[in-house]
Formats: sequence, structure tokens, C-alpha cells
Amino acid sequence: MNTTTQAAMDAVEPLSFEEAIETYEPVMGLEVHVELNTATKMFSSAPNAFGDEPNTNVNEVDLGMPGTLPAVNGKAVESAIKLGLALNCSIAERCRFARKQYFYPDTPKNWQTSQYDEPIAFDGHVDVELDDGEKFRVEIERAHMEEDAGKLTHAGASGRIQGADYSLVDYNRAGVPLIEIVTKPITGAGRRAPEIARAYVSTIRDIVKGLDISDARMERGNVRCDANVSLMRPGAGVFGTRSETKNVNSIRAVEHAVTYEIRRHAGILSAGGSIVQETRHWKEDTRTTSSGRIKSDADDYRYFPEPDLVPIVTTKEWVESLRAELPEPPAQRRRRLREAWGYSEAEFRDVIAAGLLDQIEETVSHGASPAVARKWWMGEISRLANAREVEPAGLGVESATIVELNELIQAGSINDKIARQVLEHHVDGEGSPADIVRNRGLEVVSDDGALTAAVEKAMAENPDVVEKVKAGKLKAIGALIGPVMKETRGQADAGKVKQIVLERLGRNS
Amino acid sequence: MTSTSNSLIRLTAAEMSAKLRAGEITSVELTQAHLDRIAAVDGTINAFLHVAEAEALETAAAVDRSRAAGGTEAESLHPLAGVPIAVKDLIVTKGQPTTAGSKMLEGWMSPYDATVVEKIRAARMPILGKTNLDEFAMGSSTEHSAFGPTRNPWDPTRIPGGSGGGSAAAVAAFEAPLALGTDTGGSIRQPGSVTGTVGTKPTYGGVSRYGAIAMASSLDQIGPVARTVEDAALLHELIAGHDNKDSTSLPEAEYPEGRLPAFVDAASAKNVAGLRIGVIKQLQGAGYQAGVLARFQEALERLRENGAEIVEVDCPSFDYALGAYYLIMPSEASSNLARYDGVRYGTRVLPEEGPLTIERVMGATRAAGFGDEVKRRIILGTYALSAGYYDAYYGSAQKIRTLIQRDFDAAFEQADVLVSPTSPTVAFPLASKLDDPVAMYLNDVATIPANLAGIPGISVPGGLSEGLPVGVQFLAPAKQDARVYHAAGALEQLLNDTYDAPLWAQVPALEEVTG
Repeated sequence: MNTTTQAAMDAVEPLSFEEAIETYEPVMGLEVHVELNTATKMFSSAPNAFGDEPNTNVNEVDLGMPGTLPAVNGKAVESAIKLGLALNCSIAERCRFARKQYFYPDTPKNWQTSQYDEPIAFDGHVDVELDDGEKFRVEIERAHMEEDAGKLTHAGASGRIQGADYSLVDYNRAGVPLIEIVTKPITGAGRRAPEIARAYVSTIRDIVKGLDISDARMERGNVRCDANVSLMRPGAGVFGTRSETKNVNSIRAVEHAVTYEIRRHAGILSAGGSIVQETRHWKEDTRTTSSGRIKSDADDYRYFPEPDLVPIVTTKEWVESLRAELPEPPAQRRRRLREAWGYSEAEFRDVIAAGLLDQIEETVSHGASPAVARKWWMGEISRLANAREVEPAGLGVESATIVELNELIQAGSINDKIARQVLEHHVDGEGSPADIVRNRGLEVVSDDGALTAAVEKAMAENPDVVEKVKAGKLKAIGALIGPVMKETRGQADAGKVKQIVLERLGRNS
Repeated sequence: MTSTSNSLIRLTAAEMSAKLRAGEITSVELTQAHLDRIAAVDGTINAFLHVAEAEALETAAAVDRSRAAGGTEAESLHPLAGVPIAVKDLIVTKGQPTTAGSKMLEGWMSPYDATVVEKIRAARMPILGKTNLDEFAMGSSTEHSAFGPTRNPWDPTRIPGGSGGGSAAAVAAFEAPLALGTDTGGSIRQPGSVTGTVGTKPTYGGVSRYGAIAMASSLDQIGPVARTVEDAALLHELIAGHDNKDSTSLPEAEYPEGRLPAFVDAASAKNVAGLRIGVIKQLQGAGYQAGVLARFQEALERLRENGAEIVEVDCPSFDYALGAYYLIMPSEASSNLARYDGVRYGTRVLPEEGPLTIERVMGATRAAGFGDEVKRRIILGTYALSAGYYDAYYGSAQKIRTLIQRDFDAAFEQADVLVSPTSPTVAFPLASKLDDPVAMYLNDVATIPANLAGIPGISVPGGLSEGLPVGVQFLAPAKQDARVYHAAGALEQLLNDTYDAPLWAQVPALEEVTG
């Protein structure tokens, strides 16, 4: 298609999503690139680090200097195998790297070392959970290893290499290990296609985070998604022409990009036009895509097996030992924890959104109740972190500290308000909570007034229970603890409540 | 040049090592003698693209000081410490330019040392300089160097072979006792053959390729160049071994002995009784000069007289070796040479007119930076790897490669080593084949199969034809490099006895040639 007709196609008004979905069946193919968090690069000993001065994390291999040779990062291979297993893939017993050849200045050797016809992992699936709890199975075609390219910055109005005044290249990212996960065509999604795309990328992000093989920060490009979208008439059996929207770098944007492409395709097809097979750029500000490079299947990368690397052989023992190391799948783990902790759906969703699941789990394992752990992490710690513009996990608060703080409250040494001050002093480096309480003289005399009042109120409102206790059924006191907790907003010590009830009734505990 | 230094440079590396250790000579004397020789004859020979006089003398003086200090400092010196060496300019060196014989890298300084260079530096061998070669090692005559051809010390109107003509000529002309070469299709052995020197292509993976500028990754191998088999073995032992930076390098445990074999011992055995030597049917006859075949037959006769069992072996797939090689090598080369684009290092040429886009700068750089032979191979390789042609060309060539490996496997059932002339002809006159690439390629017909199969090979002098050296090649199974030293060391001794002197000693005095 020539540029005139392509421009004409771009001018066609997208259909509404509802109209589009009534007429067409969307088919998606999602390619997710995951940058690994290995200490060194895929094929060199240079550091794999983000955010440093340009061209400092490079050595002669990364720059493609004459005479250099690649050497595979064994840790990256392990990460790839783990990811393959987590995606329910088969792991190749033997696989190779290939050279994908094209001239571009961000690629120091003018080829990218990638796996071509022999990926390390293939034929898997991942179940994604949608907003309403329904599950959708996404089939995985393959997951393969490759190296990242450098980063180009184009100076000039266009922001692209064409028409730039000059371009700068930073090779710090060149050679960073990547795993590319490619789905099989996702069909039958219907109107849920955008949501499935979002849930899928979110699930992949959770999986690689859970495996601790990537920092998984989408804003840094640790996880990047290319979304292929095509439409077909229901029952057509033949896929339509696809577009590939590159580098969609947030979970939300994935959903929006798929939605927009479905609408755009539908607009063109309904107007009797045809889709150009091309790459599209995602524009966050307008939530639209724009035409990139025309891509044909005839792109000739002159792939051939990388002769500088020997094939990777994965023994059964190796794969099984890695499988044994796999953590519980994120979805399963979330289900288990939510049930165990008794959080409401809303509470649990907030915890997930705050990224504090690990912290709360650890705090609970140190002996805090789930409610206490949630209260501290979602409350005061998050507030402090927010004020200091860091992640809650980055404040340096240990689970043991929270448990200690809680014990001080339970023992009546400090109250809630003081505890919050102690936490802040702790974050400021004043030592353990006990030290802070002692050094600052924060220990308060236990004030039973409020608690006594709450207990008396509960007793007055539950005379039947009081009668039972009077009659010697001490277990009935439990029925008073709930109302007292409610009254004291959960801050009451159950033992103390029992003690006060018995005192009021003139019994010794 | 004094007669003392004239006699110093004619010693073998082993003799130099012995005299250094005995305190009879110093490394500074020895190194200076070679620098003097280079100054005297290299104007004619053009073996060196760069001479590192100051660095070489500094290394030599440091070795002499260590020797003089005595005790453990002297005792811990490597046997080759203080023995000078020349390095093919395809192998990168810190502090000395590396050009690969190409304008593309003119003036480029490597920020790192090749692993073999680290090893020769660790052994404290003074590096005399960098030797000439066909551009990016593509050629069989060193005429494709962007910096002028090297001339053959036996007859400066003739080629010294290639691509490693510089290293071979330097050693033949006593400008260096030892040199490093690289061999992708015969670039160590064929120059050895036509300059009357010894050159070994080790088993693929036997020596780290890290820092050898790649032509064809699956074929390239660094190896020693010397005047005697023992000297080649000495240098081979120094540079061999596994390297974490080269994934294709062999772990020592994979050798039959479970460690690096003793090549010097093998070279010194000089006994062929009971050795089964297979003559490769396909590597003789048509295309081989009568004089070459005559010397070859005489060599076989010497070996037979001394107890070797000579058998003929059939390697029918060898007829396709040259064709397969000229698909695999250019395919890999087209890829390996893609990095020379003017973006990061080396030459950058701007287009004379029109817009300055990245593609046009890359294009102008490659058009101006590469010579014709390099471009020919890049075009050939790019074509062979193209979609739709890959299976027919690269794929078929890889199948032939497998067949050649099978031929070798079968041949080595019948023989311990195989033998052939190294090169079909003696050194030919300069410019005589420059316009006929295929005629040039045919020079490597006997050496290429070893590269395709990854097995070791050596070229050892086999006498003269029309006053010019003829080479005999021995081949052995992979990781059995010791066998080629064994056979070559023995033949060398037998021919020395026959001619009453080593062949290399008969090279004409260059001073007379140059006046």
C-alpha cells in the first residue's frame, strides 16, 4: 500500500468499541520482553545496571570491538528455565543462539544475538484471572533468550532517527539479558480482549517478580509489551491482517492500546478499507497509536546459528533442581494468603496494589496477626514512605520491628499514638523500638479508663451474656470481646477485657 | 649487522631459550639483533606493519633483570621469557595498533589484549611488532593487504602465501624466531609451505580465539609459526588452553590425556616406526605441480624407509570442500564484518554529497574502508544467508562439512595421521593470480578440509622445487595435535639428515638480494 492510501486509512474514524466488537472477533498476539536482573550482562561481564552515566556499564564485548566473543551468562539461562517452567513450558534439552542481522546504530555488532528456531522454552500456558474472578487460559508459543540493544536519543524536532539533527547512543543497555515471551494467537476473547491483554501482562509481571528474575518495573522498561491485533468476521476462520503496537510500557496502556487498535481496525474495515501490516507507536497522551514502519514478512534478518557460542544443554537434573526452587505461582499464593488472612476483597486488592504482599506475609510469619501486619504496612509505614517519596518496602522497616512495636502496645507500655512516633524515630535511625521508648522516656502508665468504659458498655448491652458469666460459664466472656473490640477499634487486649469483666462481677480471674 | 647478531638470529627459539637461561646471551642483545634485522631487510620483505622497538626492548631488559636477580625470580621465568615474537596484525594488542590489514582499522588501538597476547606477555616474550596479512585474513598471498604486499624471502618477486604471509616471511627471513598466526582455511600452513617454515593449525578450540579479529568463527584458529617443529610445539604449549572468554575453547579435561598434551615431547620423539600414515587420494595429482609431488613422494619414501606404514585413504567428499568452504566462510565473514560501520571506532567516511544519514555514512565508510576481496566475500556471504537461499547454500555447505568430518573419521580408522602436500604449488610470482580469485582460492584446496572438520594440521618443509620451498602437511584427529608434532618432527629430522642441513638455513642471504 502506498503512503497516500495509508494516510487515508489513518484518517478513518475509529468505530466505538461496542460497535467494533459486535461486528468483529479480535485476535491478539502478545510479545512481552522481560529484562533480567542478573548482576552482569547476557554475554559479557559488564554490570547490568539501570540509570548510570551513559556508556559506563560497557566493556569491549558490549561495544562489539574487533576480536571480542560472547560468553553466555549461566544465571540468565537459569532465569529463562525458571520462567519457562513457571509458564508451564517444555524446556529444550538442547538449544542454540542465532544472529539476527540488521544494521542499526543501537546494535553494536549490527546483529542481535537471539534465539531463533531453537527457543529454550516452548508450548506452555498461563491462566490469567480477570476482574470478575473468571479465568482465561493464554497459550504460550515460546520463551526465548536474547540481548537488549543500546538506547538512542534523537536530537531534533522529529524525535526519531529520520530528520534528527544528531543522535546519541548509550550502550549501557546493550547486552542486558532479555527473555521474550510470545503467546499463541489469543482467540475467543471477544469484548474481554483488552482486559485479557492487561491481565496477561500483569500476570507475567507478577510471575517474574515472584521468581525474582527481574525488577519488573514497567516504567523502566523492565517489562515491555508488543501487542499484535487483528480482526476477523466471526466464524471466518482466517485471521485478518495484524498491526503490531510496540513498547507499550504500562499495564493500563496495554488495555488501552488493544482497545484502540480494535476500534481503529474496525473503522477501516467497516469503511471497506484494508489494514496495513505495520508497527504502530503507542501515544500515551492521546491514547492512540500512530503509524510506524511498514513491516512485511519478507524482512530478511539473515538468521544463522551463532558460531561463537556452543549449544546450551539442559540436563534433566538441572531443570528439575530449578523446578524445585520455583516459588508458589502468584495467583495460587494470593488465593491462599487471602483465605488465611481473612481480608476482605477490597482490603486484599489494596495490599496487592500497594505491592506489600511479601512484607505482610513476612510480618505475619514473625508472629503478628494479619490485621496488625496490615494495619502497620498499609497505614503508618505507607504514610511515612509516601511523605518521604520512597516505596514502603524501601523504608527499611523490618518485620521483627513491627512485631516488637505491637508487643509494646499489647503490654501496655505504649499506646498507638506513641507507637507511631516510635516508628518514625526508628526509621530515622534511633534504634529498636524498646531502645527508643526507654531513651525518650515514652513509656506511659496504662490507662484502663477507656477500656473499662467500653467493657461496661458491652456488659450493659448484653445482660444475657453477663448472666451466663455470673452462672460460671466463663467461656461466654468471648461474646463480650467482639463489642469491646469494636468500641476500641481493635486496640483492646483480650486478656485485659476478661480481667475487667471478672473484676466487675466480683470474681477473681 | 654484526656477525654475532647474524648468528643469534639464526638460532632456533629452543636454542635461544637455552642460551638465555645459561646466561650466554641477554634478551636485550637477542631482541636488538632482531630489531636490527627488521631494520635491514623489512624494507624489502614488508613483513611488519608496526615495529614495537621500545616496548620489545623494555620487556627484554626486564627479563634480563629478573634473570640477573637469580633465585626464584629467575627460576620462575618461562622457558620462552626473553625470546622475541611477532604477532599477526589480526590479533589485538593493547598499546600497539591493530589494523587487520585494512584501511577500516587504520590507526585503531585495541583497548584490550587478546588472550594469546596476555599469555605471551605473561611469559614475558618481547613483542617485536605486528605482521602483515591479507585484509581481514582474506587471501592466500598477502597481496590483499591495504598496506602493500609482503615478499617471500626466498625470492622477493614472489608471494609469501597468505593470509599470514607477514608472520611466515618474518620467521623465514630471521626477523623473528617465532610468530603468531591465524588459520581459517590454511593461513598459517600455506604461508609456512611456501616460505620453508613450520606452521600449526591447532584443533578448533585448542587455542582461545578471544582477540583474534574474526573472519569465520567456526573455522578460525590461532596457531604458532616457527622455523622448527620443536619451536612451534614450544609456542603451542604456551598459547593452548581453555579460556572462559571463548565458549568454543576446549577444556583441558577433554584431551585424551585429561590435560594439555606435551607437544614438545611429541616433536622430539623423532621416531616413526609403526606409525600408520594415510596418504589422501584426493589431495594429490591433477592441479599439483610436478616438483611439489616429487618432493612429497620423496618425503613419503623417507618415512617408509624408517618404519612408517604408508597407506592410501579415500576421502571422496573432499572434492566438495572448497565449494562448501567458500559458502560457510563468506557467510560467517559477512556477519562478523558487519560491525565495521564507522559508528563506534575505526575509519568513518562521510558521503561526498547528499544528506548525512546513518545509512549513508555506514555505506560510504564500508565502500571506502574495505578492499575488493573483502567486499567480494561480504556480498557472497550475504547472498548465501538470504531468505530463500539459506538452505540451498549455507545449509548444503554444512551438510558437506558433516560428510567431510565422516571421511576424516573413516580415514583415521586406517591411519594415525594423514599426509598431503600443504599447497599445490610453490610460491608464485606477485600479481600473477590477483585477477583470478578462483585460481587464488585453489591454493587452499589441501588445507581447507582440516578447518571444516576442526582437526589439527601442521606444515613442515619438505625440500625445494626450482629453488623454492615445498610443504608437507600432516593431519590428526581432533585433540590429537601431539600426533602432528610427532610425525612432523620425525620427517624434519629425516630431511635434515638427507640434506645435511635444515631447509630454512638455505634461504638466500637477503642482504645480497637487497644490496
